[in-house]
Amino acid sequence: MAPPAHRTERLLNLVICLLSTRSWLTKEQIRAAVPQYAECATTEAFDRMFERDKEDLRELGVPLVTGSHSSWFEDEQGYRIDRGAYALPDLEFSAEELAVLGLASRVWQQASLAGPAARALVKLKALGVETDDESLVGVEPRVRAAEPAFEPLYAATRDRAAVTFTYRTRDGEASRRRIEPWVLTSRAGHWYVVGHDRDRDARRSFRLSRIEGPVQRVGPAGGYEVPPDLEPGELVLPTAEPADERMALVLVRPDRGVLLRQRAVMVEPAGPAGPAGAAQEDGPGWDAVHVVVRDVRELAQELAGYGPDVIAVEPPDLRERVIGVLGGALQGSTAAEVAAGSAV
Amino acid sequence: MTAASAERLSRLLAMVPWLLQRQGVGLDEAARHFGITQAQLVKDLELLFVCGTPGHMPDDLIEADWESGQVFLGNADAIARPLRLSVDEAVALLAGLRTLAQVPGLHERAALESALTKLSAAAGDAAVSASALSVDLGRGSREDVLSAARDGVRRHRRLHLRYLVPSRDEATERDVDPMRVLNTGDRWYLEGWCHRAEAVRLFRLDRVVEIEVLDADGTPPPDAVGRDADERLFTPSAEDVVVTIDLEPAARWVATYYPVEHVVELGDGRLRVTLRAASADWVPRLALRLGGELRVVTPPQLAGEVRRRADEALAAYAEASPNG
Repeated sequence: MAPPAHRTERLLNLVICLLSTRSWLTKEQIRAAVPQYAECATTEAFDRMFERDKEDLRELGVPLVTGSHSSWFEDEQGYRIDRGAYALPDLEFSAEELAVLGLASRVWQQASLAGPAARALVKLKALGVETDDESLVGVEPRVRAAEPAFEPLYAATRDRAAVTFTYRTRDGEASRRRIEPWVLTSRAGHWYVVGHDRDRDARRSFRLSRIEGPVQRVGPAGGYEVPPDLEPGELVLPTAEPADERMALVLVRPDRGVLLRQRAVMVEPAGPAGPAGAAQEDGPGWDAVHVVVRDVRELAQELAGYGPDVIAVEPPDLRERVIGVLGGALQGSTAAEVAAGSAV
Repeated sequence: MTAASAERLSRLLAMVPWLLQRQGVGLDEAARHFGITQAQLVKDLELLFVCGTPGHMPDDLIEADWESGQVFLGNADAIARPLRLSVDEAVALLAGLRTLAQVPGLHERAALESALTKLSAAAGDAAVSASALSVDLGRGSREDVLSAARDGVRRHRRLHLRYLVPSRDEATERDVDPMRVLNTGDRWYLEGWCHRAEAVRLFRLDRVVEIEVLDADGTPPPDAVGRDADERLFTPSAEDVVVTIDLEPAARWVATYYPVEHVVELGDGRLRVTLRAASADWVPRLALRLGGELRVVTPPQLAGEVRRRADEALAAYAEASPNG
């Protein structure tokens, strides 16, 4: 392997060579024109190196094109860089714009996007004035994509190539899926891929953390069209059921239930008589907290989480649900203790 | 190509047009502009110096002179214009900018909008692919809290917080010297020196009930070090509590939501999960909430705590019937 500096030198010479030429250059001409190719002892070694160099240049955005003067080179393709497509358009970025772009370039945490973002920023700096990175301190959005499925799915989405993977639903069932990915989207800290499910012939979204094993391509690049005007947020969220607007009354020990109090519509402090229905003998008493139910199942779980510090009074179905959840927890913890005991 | 050589070639192709437009620019200014050291800049110039058009006779090579501390560049017509963006570069920067645009109360809104317009133009066809990625930063914090936190960071003012700690179900009062405001893709955090804990702490802004920018200097002590941006926000420590729990299929999400150390499939979609946390206060609460879908295996005291609290709560329900 050539040292990195040597490689950069070779690629830079290759770019200059292919930009300077007006005619198509054959591989042999290129081999002769770029001094660093002299180190290739054999044609095979040169071919391999040249193939890789072409890939590298395309990855950086260099518009490498092939063609031939048909009457001269019947068999062999020639290469050059499309000068019309090579350069950035004639734009200038202000210091403020470059500062914002600098912040945007640091949003990504994973190398597959952080590297390209940093390179893009440097390219734009070629157009810009003196920068002032200090103008934007103190706010840093950082997006992470630790799921192994992210990289292959991003590439497939970008290339519009169908993929297959094993997916485990929330209920724990695993199955093989084939989808045409449209968009990768991060909501509430989770990455989802949204696309067309070929087997179900319908739009589906999949959480990346529930994808198991490798993601494999099953179709060519550019294999389908993505519907225009997608709103990724709407695609991921389950069709929202209308919120339960009923008011719930819950009794809360003073200074407990802090999150519940935060979104309360009204809090009646524990009076001398206390709210109706509460056991009032000793103890610290209860505050009456009124909250909107929204989702009776979720609220019941939340209230159960507070254990004996919070008691649901109404509506009755909420109360019943909380008792049900607590009963399940009691049974579960008893079973676990018995199991632990028998293992000793 | 390695990331380092991609970065360097990209930089060289950007640097040449910029230097050609600014003959005689100082080494220091050029290095600062491209975010590199002067030593690296000199290495870059040395590399340019030996590259050129085919033939590679002295007349074909790029001319570079920086001995005086000022940079002069010549004979680089072929690469006199900056290289366009690749598809991945355009996607990463455009999607990053759209993510940034969601920051509420951003002062630089106008610059962001114009940068977005120009960047879309600069990206050309590649801009189409940017719709492949979309990030929702979440709206889990009040705009007044976020803007007060940012104000504290900008002006180095101490902040007073009334901050909820749901794992212990309590509200706390704290003075914090703010270091930065960050978002990890779902929620906003304030990082700062907490005078109560006498340590650097991360505060979820959606749990800040009240925030006040104090008229006091809020410069953190010199030994207050923020976490590396590339590091996970929650790092394991030797003092962590180790907890083993069993999850029914409906509670499998717990294994992806919390930092778990070890996961074993128990069959039928059930999991046994080992996790470590600075404190296990939240485990009984979660177990109560999930009503038996999460069972604490070890430590036994935690399982006992779940049973005790469930028992006590059920007794209260039996006692205080709604119509009684």
